[in-house]
Amino acid sequence: MPADIVETAPPAALPERTHHDRAAAILRSRSGFKPPEAAFWLVVAATFFLLPERHLLLSEIAILGLFAVSLDLIIGYAGVVSLGHGAFFGIGAYVAGLTAIHLTGEPLSGLFLGGIAAAFLGLVTGPLLLMRASDLTRLMMTLGIAMLLFEAANKASWLTGGADGLTGVQIQPIFGHFEFDLWGTTAYGYTLVVAICLFLVARMVVSSPYGLSLRAIRENTLRSRSIGIPVGRRILGIYTFSAFMAGIAGALLTQTTMFVSLDVLAFHRSADVLLMLVLGGVGYLYGGLIGAIAFKLMQDWFSAFTPQYWMFWVGLVMLIVVLIGRERLNAWPARLLATIRRGSRA
Amino acid sequence: MLTILIDGIAYGMLLFVMASGLAVTLGLMNFVNLAHGAFAMLGGYVTALAMNRLGLPFLATLPLAFLASAALGAIAERTLYVWLYRRSHLDQVLFSIALVFMSMAAADWLVGSQQQLITLPAWLQGRLEIAGVAIGRYRLFLILVCAALVVALQLILARTRFGARLRAAVDNQRVARGLGINVSAIFAATFAVGSGLAGLGGALGIELLGLDPSFPLKILVYVMIVVTIGGTSSLTGPFIAALIIGVADVAGKYYLPELGAFLIYLMMIVLLVLRPQGLIASGR
Repeated sequence: MPADIVETAPPAALPERTHHDRAAAILRSRSGFKPPEAAFWLVVAATFFLLPERHLLLSEIAILGLFAVSLDLIIGYAGVVSLGHGAFFGIGAYVAGLTAIHLTGEPLSGLFLGGIAAAFLGLVTGPLLLMRASDLTRLMMTLGIAMLLFEAANKASWLTGGADGLTGVQIQPIFGHFEFDLWGTTAYGYTLVVAICLFLVARMVVSSPYGLSLRAIRENTLRSRSIGIPVGRRILGIYTFSAFMAGIAGALLTQTTMFVSLDVLAFHRSADVLLMLVLGGVGYLYGGLIGAIAFKLMQDWFSAFTPQYWMFWVGLVMLIVVLIGRERLNAWPARLLATIRRGSRA
Repeated sequence: MLTILIDGIAYGMLLFVMASGLAVTLGLMNFVNLAHGAFAMLGGYVTALAMNRLGLPFLATLPLAFLASAALGAIAERTLYVWLYRRSHLDQVLFSIALVFMSMAAADWLVGSQQQLITLPAWLQGRLEIAGVAIGRYRLFLILVCAALVVALQLILARTRFGARLRAAVDNQRVARGLGINVSAIFAATFAVGSGLAGLGGALGIELLGLDPSFPLKILVYVMIVVTIGGTSSLTGPFIAALIIGVADVAGKYYLPELGAFLIYLMMIVLLVLRPQGLIASGR
C-alpha cells in the first residue's frame, strides 16, 4: 500500500544526516589503508630481515625519507616552497648531539629534545613566511634562516666544534636494553620504528579535516580565508609540525652515526631533500619515502660509478625529471596500478 | 673608514653587475633562476684560463668572458629555459639547482677543484693615495667599469627602442605581442645579455671573491639577496641594495670579523620583514 510507504519514510532530518554521513565516509575512505600501502610496508619490514648487511644504508634512507615527508607537509599540503628545510634537520641533529654529550645519553630524550628544538625554531620563524610574501620572498627567507644557522654553528665552535664537528657523542642502549651495534641493526630497527610512528601521525594529520583545510589553502588562499579557514594559524601549525619531524630526522642521524658536523646544515641538505621529494612526487606522503629510496640508491650507484662527479649525474636526472614534468612522471605508478587492476578483472 | 666605504662600494658594484641579469630574469619573466651564478663562474673560468694558459692580457679576456657567458646563456635560454617559463616556481627552483649541480661538477671535472689565481697587470696593483685616503687601484678600476656599465644599462633601458620594447614586454606581454613586438626574441636577447654581465662580473670578481667550482653556490646567495632586497620592478632597487650589501659586508668583516657572513643574512631577513616586496616596489 502506498500509505504504508509514506508512513515508514524517514523523517525530514535525513538529508542533513546523509550529508554528514557522506562527509564522514569521504574522510574514512581517505584515511583507510589501501592494499598498495600494506604491500609497501611489508617490503619495508622485509628489508630488516633480508638485507642485514645493508642496514647502515637502509637507516640513512629511512632518515632521509622521514625528512622528505616532513618537507612534503609544507610544500605538498600547504604550498610553501622552502629552500632552507635543512635548518630544522640540522638543529635537531645538533641538539641531539649536545644532549648526548652534556645531559644524557638516553636516546629517546635526545630525540625528543631535537624535535622540540626544531619545532620551536619553526614556530618562531614561521610567522616570517606568513607576511604578504611572494614565493620568492619565502624562498629567500627560508634560505636566509638556514644560512644564518649554518654561520651560527660555524662560528660558535665552543659549542658545536665548528668545522670539525661534534665528536664524543655516546648513545646509551634504547630502553637500557638494545645496544647500538657496529652493523647498524639496532639503529635501523630504531630508525624504522620512529619513522613509521611519525609517518602515521603525519598521515592522520593530512587525512583529517585539518589536512583538507590545508589543501584548500594551497589551492586558493583567498577563497579559504573567505570561508573562514584561519589561514595563518593553519600554515604556522603545519610548519611547526613539519619542523618537528625534520628535527627528529636530524636527531636520528646524529644518534645512529654518533657524529654531527656542519654538513647537516649545509645548503645541499636542503637541495637534496627537495630533489628527493620531487623524485617521489609532491602532495602524497609516500612520495617522500619513495623519493628518498630512489635518491639514495641513485647516489650510491653514481658515486660507485664516478666517485667524484656524482653531483653531475644527480643534476642531470633532476633536469630530466623537471623537463618531462613531475606530474606526468608521478602519474605513472597510478596508471600502472590501474592497468594491473583492469588486467586482473578481465 | 673611507677606505672601507670605497671597498664596500666596489664590492657592491660588482655584485650589481652580477645580479643585474638576474634582476631582469626575475622581474621580467618571473623566473626563479638559481643557476645565475653558474654563468658568472663560466666568465671567471674563461678569464682565468685565457690568462694562465693562453697568456692573454687581463683586459682582453673581459670581453671574452662576457661573450662566452652570453653565448651559453642564449643557448640555454632557447633550449632549456624556454620550456619552464610557464611552470611553477618549484619546478624552476629544481631545474636551476640541477643546473648549478651540473655546472659545479663539470667545472671540477674540466679544470679541477683548486682555486684559480690570476695576476693582475701592474697598473692595477697596489694602492693610490687620494686626498689622504688609500684606495686600492683595482677597487677604483672596478668602480669605474661597473659605474660605466650601470649607466649604459640604464640608458639602454630608458632611451633605446630595444629598452622601450623590453619595458613594454615586462608590463604586459599580451599587449606587447599584439603590437607586433617579438617578445620571445627580446627575452632571449635580454637573457643572453644578463648572462654575459654575470660572466663579466665573475671575471672581474676573481680577485675579490676567489674562483673554484663552488663559486655558483657561494655567489648565488649574494645575488639573490641583492635582487630580493632590491625588488624586481626596476634596476634602481637592486643597485641600491647591492651597494648596501657590499658596504655592510665589507664593514662587517672589518669591524666584527667574528660575526662573518651572519650580518648579511640577518640584514636580509630584517629588510625582507620590513619590505617584503623589496626596497623599491612597483605600484601594483
